[in-house]
Amino acid sequence: MGYAHEIPGGAAWSTPVRAGRTVKLTAGGPDANLALLLVGADRLDRLNLPDTLKAQMSACVRPPMVLMSDRGLALASVTESTLDWHDALTGFGHRAHLERFGPSSYAEHRNDWRRAARTGLVSELTRHGLSEADLHGCVNVFTRIAVDEGAGLEFASGHCRAGDTLTLRTEQDLLLVAATTPHPMNPGRWEPPPVLVEVDVLDAAVPPDDPSYRFRDESARALDATRRVLL
Amino acid sequence: MSASADTTPSTEWDAATAVHDQVVPAGDGALVAVPEGGELRIVDLHGNQAVDTLLYDAHDIANRYSAFDTVREQRAVYLTEGSRLLSSRLDELAVISADTCGRHDTVGGACAQESNVIRYGEHTRHQHACRQTFLHYGEPAGIGQRALGHNINFFMNVPVAPDGGLHFADGLSGPGKYVQLRASRDVLLLISNCPQLNNPCNGWDPTPVRLLGWWSR
Repeated sequence: MGYAHEIPGGAAWSTPVRAGRTVKLTAGGPDANLALLLVGADRLDRLNLPDTLKAQMSACVRPPMVLMSDRGLALASVTESTLDWHDALTGFGHRAHLERFGPSSYAEHRNDWRRAARTGLVSELTRHGLSEADLHGCVNVFTRIAVDEGAGLEFASGHCRAGDTLTLRTEQDLLLVAATTPHPMNPGRWEPPPVLVEVDVLDAAVPPDDPSYRFRDESARALDATRRVLL
Repeated sequence: MSASADTTPSTEWDAATAVHDQVVPAGDGALVAVPEGGELRIVDLHGNQAVDTLLYDAHDIANRYSAFDTVREQRAVYLTEGSRLLSSRLDELAVISADTCGRHDTVGGACAQESNVIRYGEHTRHQHACRQTFLHYGEPAGIGQRALGHNINFFMNVPVAPDGGLHFADGLSGPGKYVQLRASRDVLLLISNCPQLNNPCNGWDPTPVRLLGWWSR
């Protein structure tokens, strides 16, 4: 028995999710972006993307990678995605990135006012007793930032379409913190799509030949480390 | 000698006039306060030595170096001369004012005992790692676990490919090559001279580096 929650475009949200759940994220429109932070069961150990990337020799997040923490634990496994690239190098947007859209406030725009991803992420962290100090690099789910031969970066427009998905399996109790603000390198108009979050209990034990466990020795060792902690 | 005497640093900085001159032994670290306008040079004495570095606003450690903000705002993965090192609030903490190496990594993170176990196996559990050095030298300044963001790896070569590949490659650095920072405000540099033995980031043999600083106060 699970539940679904739609995060409106341009909003932020956070929720605890217990170990052994699937979290399916679905883009509600083209060029959707979900800036995603994960915090481990102790509410201190954060998703560490540099460690995640170097251990699995990838510059982006894609199945069947294991998302790893500061302290070398598996937080979640990427079990499925319709996209082969989720940005993991360019962080979340600031108020400065909204200036080109002009001023916006609650007084003027009510709940459609434009707020930066950072503002929303800090607000959600604070709700759980955390703070700005706990900000780390985020996954920009659904976004591809293209890398050229010289490692220059450019927003890949049209990478994500409505209905694109990414599914995580939680490997320990997590705090998910997310913002649906457009990626700060997206040059388009302000029309942030919503993102649907569906949380379900895993319907069966994870098999020994699980693709994430078999992906690389490094992925298996991170999963083993978490299983030791959970023992 | 004042750092403001000349703004073209590459030939004008003389070790004899440095107000800060420190050799950081292999696997050791340092916490260096650099005042606004001050220049700090990191010299790779023997070549191919990764120098893991974090920066903080000296008056507010919550305003710290942000690798991803820096990469996104410069629209490029590697750091080099002219790169603006930005904080998590988009403040400019420092600028790379000189660089004889060519490029530096900021997406590969720092080694830790736990990440060594993931990458190389359980036998590396008790090998010394950058994260311990960061915590040891950061502690007097109030820099603890939560204040450790994603760092710079000076002199380290981590090519990122258009197909999304990433790996640690042999270094581009060599003996005597250096990188120099000009502080845009009063900053703290937290440095770990990387003790990693399990990949080519230190040429399989960690070596000392030298820190040279020029500022007037």
